[in-house]
Amino acid sequence: MTAKEKNFEALFQAKIDQEIKIEAKDWMPDAYRKTLVRQISQHAHSEIVGMLPEGNWITRAPSLRRKIGLLAKVQDEAGHGLYLYSAAETLGTTRGQMMDALNEGKAKYSSIFNYPTITWADIGAVGWLVDGAAILNQVMLTRTSYGPYARAMVRICKEESFHQRQGFDIMMSLCNGTAEQKAMAQDALNRWWWPSLMMFGPSDAESQHSEQSMIWKIKRKSNDTLRQQFVDATVDQAKILGITIPDPDLSWNEEKGHYDFGAIDWDEFWQVVKGNGICNRDRLKARRAAYITNGKWVRDAAIAYAEKKQQRDISKVA
Amino acid sequence: MSKSIAYRYTLQIADNSLILGHRLTELCGHCADTEIDLAISNIALDLLGQSRMLFQYAASLSGSTEDEIAMLRSEGEYVNCLLVEQQNEDFSQVIVRQYLFDTYYTLFLKALSQSSSSDELRAFANKTIKENAYHVRFSRAWLMRLGDGTQESHDKTQASLDFLKPYIQELFIPSQVDTAAIADGVGVDMSKYVDQFHTTLQADFAEATLSWEAPKYHVSGGKDGRHSEHMGFILSELQYMQRAYPNSEW
Repeated sequence: MTAKEKNFEALFQAKIDQEIKIEAKDWMPDAYRKTLVRQISQHAHSEIVGMLPEGNWITRAPSLRRKIGLLAKVQDEAGHGLYLYSAAETLGTTRGQMMDALNEGKAKYSSIFNYPTITWADIGAVGWLVDGAAILNQVMLTRTSYGPYARAMVRICKEESFHQRQGFDIMMSLCNGTAEQKAMAQDALNRWWWPSLMMFGPSDAESQHSEQSMIWKIKRKSNDTLRQQFVDATVDQAKILGITIPDPDLSWNEEKGHYDFGAIDWDEFWQVVKGNGICNRDRLKARRAAYITNGKWVRDAAIAYAEKKQQRDISKVA
Repeated sequence: MSKSIAYRYTLQIADNSLILGHRLTELCGHCADTEIDLAISNIALDLLGQSRMLFQYAASLSGSTEDEIAMLRSEGEYVNCLLVEQQNEDFSQVIVRQYLFDTYYTLFLKALSQSSSSDELRAFANKTIKENAYHVRFSRAWLMRLGDGTQESHDKTQASLDFLKPYIQELFIPSQVDTAAIADGVGVDMSKYVDQFHTTLQADFAEATLSWEAPKYHVSGGKDGRHSEHMGFILSELQYMQRAYPNSEW
């Protein structure tokens, strides 16, 4: 690193320490840019891939009200994907490049979306737990050091908190319903609880990118801190619903002022991250079909038409 | 105004929105680009919202609930036209189906807002005209892009148009319910608008470089409850939860 670069880096870190946002045209270390592109594009891909498990239930939603609510929610996720791709583009990558990385299996997205939505209650559980877990991370990110990312998150958080309430409301209807409906809700909690805890990522000791991200204030809370916050908030919500969190070790720790919870099966986590979950192959297949097989000719047509139109407009003026 | 005629006529309008909306929801998350996904979902939301408004009105006339009407009738009791139940074969078929319906709906809603004897249906039409104007803008713009885009998109779009055109006439030919509703005053006679519809179509197809020849035959029956093979599969999904878990609140 040259003396000039060292000086830039010191100024950069000083800005971060003073809580001044880094903007697109500001100098930033390559590694900061790279970390952000990786994180924001992963986040954008999670929104887009996340449409698939929830979209799976729109045609089968049990009432018109629920159908419209779910469709509006999944549409919001598409919007979140767009804000985030735009935020990543400010760092010098294009949406096309990010889409290619996703379709080629090079880019990651949140592993939670590799689990299947088997029953209608899964739509409730995904809203309640998965969006609930995502919000804790996203609220933190509204204060992230990179300006465009932080601003995108402010808007996303408003919608996500609505989604979480909608998910809880679906669970509430099920839990106040017939025995069969309540059993459906319990079954969904049983299947989504542990994967939701895994959403916060590996424990702090194992987390590869965390330390530097904390110094750069991309991240402000550790994975384990956020996970604990989620457990503490969710236990009481499960009590209101009258369903049981599938963890025999879950208990209130008076001394710590937090819930203790059982060990997470990290083998399962890494298996799914590596592509061996139930739906990894389906998700990629669906994305490739949408973007490449059924989509490329559509985008090509739009470009060809725009070029023809431009030519015609030029000819008219001439 | 006869209540039973108004009820059956309302279902015919509602079922078109419901079934076309259902077809569009199948695409959610599977479109060529995120912007298209957003637009298709928006149109589906409008259509499902329209159907809900109409089913609520129908429920007030019949004493049942919107979901019972929307999700628990037998197939022969659904009275949508055959066009809207056709599959999402590819994006060109989605667009041509949408363009044909939206263009028809522009004329239908205007007529309904001006001359239906039902306050509720006139109010529905006035609200929906604004939504439909956006839908037309979307489907017409994509008709142009696909028709006059690449050779591949042109060929696919022409094939979709040729496939779907036998379903057009049903939109305008009065069903038994239409005939009763026109006589009652609650309904509008769309057969008067055929020429106007075809004038718009031919101008747009010419601009989109698509060729148009009048279809050699027409198919119909949906508005009288006689559907294509697709309908049963649509209802299998649409009605699944209501049938599997009867008498439940969701």
